Order: sequence, then C-alpha cells, then structure tokens
Amino acid sequence: MDYQPSPLQRDRLAYRRRQTMLSVVVAAASTLGLGVLLLVAVTHAPGWPRVRFSFLDPTSARDAFPDVLRGLWLNVRLLVFCALGSLAVGLGIATLRTLRPAIFFPLRVLANSYTYVFRGAPLIIVLYLFTFGVPGLRLTGTPPVLVLGGAALVVTYGAYLAEVFRAGIESVHPSQRAAARSLGLTYRQAMRHVVLPQAVRRVAPPMLNDLVALQKDVGLISLAGPIDAIRAAQIKEAELANYTPFVVAGVLFVLLAIPLVAVTDWVTLRAARRQGAA
Amino acid sequence: MSDPLLSCVDVRKQFHGMVVLHELSLEVAEHEVVVLIGASGSGKSTLLRCINLLETVDDGTIHLDGEHITDPRVNPDRVRQRIGIVFQAFNLFPHMTVLENVTLAPRRVHRVPAREATQRAQALLARVGLGDRGGDYPDRLSGGQQQRVAIVRALVNSPRLLLLDEVTSALDPELVGEVLAMIRDLKAEGMTMLIATHEMGFARQVADRVCFLDQGRILEAGPPEQVFGAPREPRTRQFLQRITEAGRL
Repeated sequence: MDYQPSPLQRDRLAYRRRQTMLSVVVAAASTLGLGVLLLVAVTHAPGWPRVRFSFLDPTSARDAFPDVLRGLWLNVRLLVFCALGSLAVGLGIATLRTLRPAIFFPLRVLANSYTYVFRGAPLIIVLYLFTFGVPGLRLTGTPPVLVLGGAALVVTYGAYLAEVFRAGIESVHPSQRAAARSLGLTYRQAMRHVVLPQAVRRVAPPMLNDLVALQKDVGLISLAGPIDAIRAAQIKEAELANYTPFVVAGVLFVLLAIPLVAVTDWVTLRAARRQGAA
Repeated sequence: MSDPLLSCVDVRKQFHGMVVLHELSLEVAEHEVVVLIGASGSGKSTLLRCINLLETVDDGTIHLDGEHITDPRVNPDRVRQRIGIVFQAFNLFPHMTVLENVTLAPRRVHRVPAREATQRAQALLARVGLGDRGGDYPDRLSGGQQQRVAIVRALVNSPRLLLLDEVTSALDPELVGEVLAMIRDLKAEGMTMLIATHEMGFARQVADRVCFLDQGRILEAGPPEQVFGAPREPRTRQFLQRITEAGRL
C-alpha cells in the first residue's frame, strides 16, 4: 500500500519549507546589502581613482599576465616537489619519534629537536639561511638556489607535518597495536600495516590544510631570486610603474588554491560524517 | 600424563604497586579447555595478556611447549605466532576488509602467498557462516559477526593455544550464542583453550576444568560439576551466589 503522509505531517513539511524559503531570502538580502555597502564605501573613497589605476589597470594586467603565468608554473612545480618532500620528512620524523629501543635514542633526540627548532623558526629566516648562507660556504657541488629554497620549505613544513602525523599515530588506540602484535607482527609491521594507515586517514584534514598553507608560502621563494609568479610580477611592476601585476599574481594564487581547498573541505566533511556514524 | 602445553609457575604481576597476579600457577594440557572465572579485577585478563607476552611478568615463569617464553632473550613475535588471542572489544582493524584482517598475519608474518592465504581464510570464514562477508569492512558487521571474524583471525595461524578474553562481554545478549557455538565447535576439534568469561552456563558446558580467581590467586580449581555444584571455598560460593542473583547462571 502506498504511504500517504498524515495531514499533520503535511502541515509540518509545509511549515519547514516556508521557514527554509524565508531564511534563503533573508540571507540573500543581507549579503546583497553588505556587498553594496562595501562597494559604495570603496568606490566613493577620495583616493579610489588613483587606487583603481595603480592596482586594477586592465592594460597593465594584460601586459603582465603571460610573464606572471610563466612564473606560476615554477610555483606549481615547486609546490609538487615540496609537498611530496615535506610529507615524506614529516612521516619519517613522526615515526622516528615513536621508536623506543635504546639504539634509536640519538635519532629520537634529533627528531625532537628538529620539530622544536623548525616549528619556531620564521620561514623567511630559514629561507635566507638556506639560499644565501649555504652558497656562501662555497662548497663544490652546492645545488642551485631553487633547490636550496625548496629544501628550506621542505624542512619547515616537514616539522609541522611531523607533529600532525604524530598526533595521528597517538590517536590510534593501543588495543590496535596489541591486536597486531598478538598476531605475531613485528613493531615495524604493526606500524606499517595497522597504525600508520589509520593515523594518516585520521589526520588527512589538518595535513591537507598544511599543504594549502605551503602552496602560498611557495611564493616566498621569490625573495631568493628565482623568477616565480611573484618575482615576475615585481619585475613588471618596476617596468610599468603599476601594482596591477601583483593583483594578477594574487588572483592566480587564489585560483591555484581553490582545488586544494575544495579537496580539503571535502575530506574534512567526510571524516566528520564518518566519525558521526561510528 | 605428558608435559603440559602451557605451564605458569608462580607468576607475579603488579601495576604501580598493586599486585594483580599473586604467585599464580596454572597448567593447561594439550586439547584441554580451562575456564577462568572470577570478579572483574581478579586478574583473568592480565594472566592472558602475560601469557601472550603483551605484559611482562614481574616474577615466575611461563613455559609453552616446554620452552621458557618469559626469558627476556626469547623473541616475543615468534612466541605470539603460536598463541592466538581474542579480545573483549574484537580489535579488528577498521581500515581493512574482513579478508584483509584475516590474511594480514599469514601474508606478513608467515609469508604465505596472497592467493593461498585468501583461500585458507575464505574456507575458515565459510565454516563459521561468514563466507559472503569477506569484502566487507568491520563496521558493516554485527558485534557477533565481528567477534567471529576476530576468532578466525586468531585461528588462521594454526596456533597451539587460543586465549579468549571475555569474548562475549561486549555483545548484545542475542548475539552471544553464535560466538559460543563457534567456541564449542573449536573444543570438539581439540583446540587447546584458556578462556576468561562471565558466562557461567557456557563455562559449565565447555570447561574441562574451571579455575576461580580471586585477588590474583587461583582460589579453587576443578571439574565444572564440582566448582559450580559443590564449591569448597566460601568466596567461590559468595561469587556464584551473586552471579546467580544477577541471573547469569
């Protein structure tokens, strides 16, 4: 037999629909109001014509776009290598910090001090030390500035990710390790097959969040010289005596971040749902 | 009688000055089923965890198959390969399917080829009525099904000894039966088992010998008819009385 909602339930549904409509209308109106307010405030400011010309000049934007885009390709490549590098470093350091046997004592101390130092050190200073300090030693075989700058990013973000992974490892209940060991798995096998897979899954949202932060900090490499998007914008800015190229670079960075941010939000939502279900 | 399969002599275990096992001695012969009963905190779980070397004993010795396994020079991984343990909370690996849970140890520890391990696991799962659940993740299974998978996971290594630590305590009453039936089948096949349980009716059916633990000591041991029917110790009588009042006997 077909189910028909009772009149009471139909009333309830109608009421809820009205409420939903009402809140949509209210949200749209308040958003529009705020938008108009901001627009009027900015465009009626005394300095607006000057600012519009210096930051939002279409001719300068067109002129700078190809160079900035070419620079962005460098950022993208650097991002991929630095992301993989810092994930590997983070996972390695986090694992080292859990090792208990006496022979690993120096490694553990080293891993601990590493996370302390590089979570505290400002990235710009690490970048300067790596890109200007290391070549200053004049050792033969010093890698190019780009590689050194990438190493500075990996070292810094590796420290953050190590803490994220460590939190994940500690969040796996000891009974999981006990179950793995009781089956005869060694410490390493239990870690590799039972603890780490669960740990990484659990900390995926904060991990991806750190990668989003990394994707924008990759632009700091411009301070050391390589012509990335920001450096290219800076060159154009000097040439055109106009700040619009920076805005172009900024917009491109945001566009680059959108997919990663979207993935992060999706993974976070999924993790929250799963926890709600468990 | 031949040498016992498991022999614990004067085993002592303490946590932060609290003595949990009090110079406890226990022998389990091959094919024997020994059931440990006693109140929570009497030391049942701790004894099982010591035998599986998940805890280190603070004194005394444990021998398995004549080998002194509480010798610190013994590799615990090798000992655990010969002992299966099943926990109260199942402790299945949530990120692996049923089949992956069961084949993890054969593949990684015993280096059995994946196909062979899967076949063997599949056969064991089918025997306990879970043949069609191999591809499911544990959270899709009922508690009773999860616990049966956990038992299969412990059995797939063909252990000499199976330790069961209150395996039905976390189950809804209507799911207890399916797990107990599986353990009864294991007894019929001659599996040597050491079982900690609160299911007195089951203990009575399956046990060759019942040990009543109280404050880390075996206060009374004997065939189930004697321990349940004519307990000698006042504390045993008291314990059984309380269980009866709670409707568990």
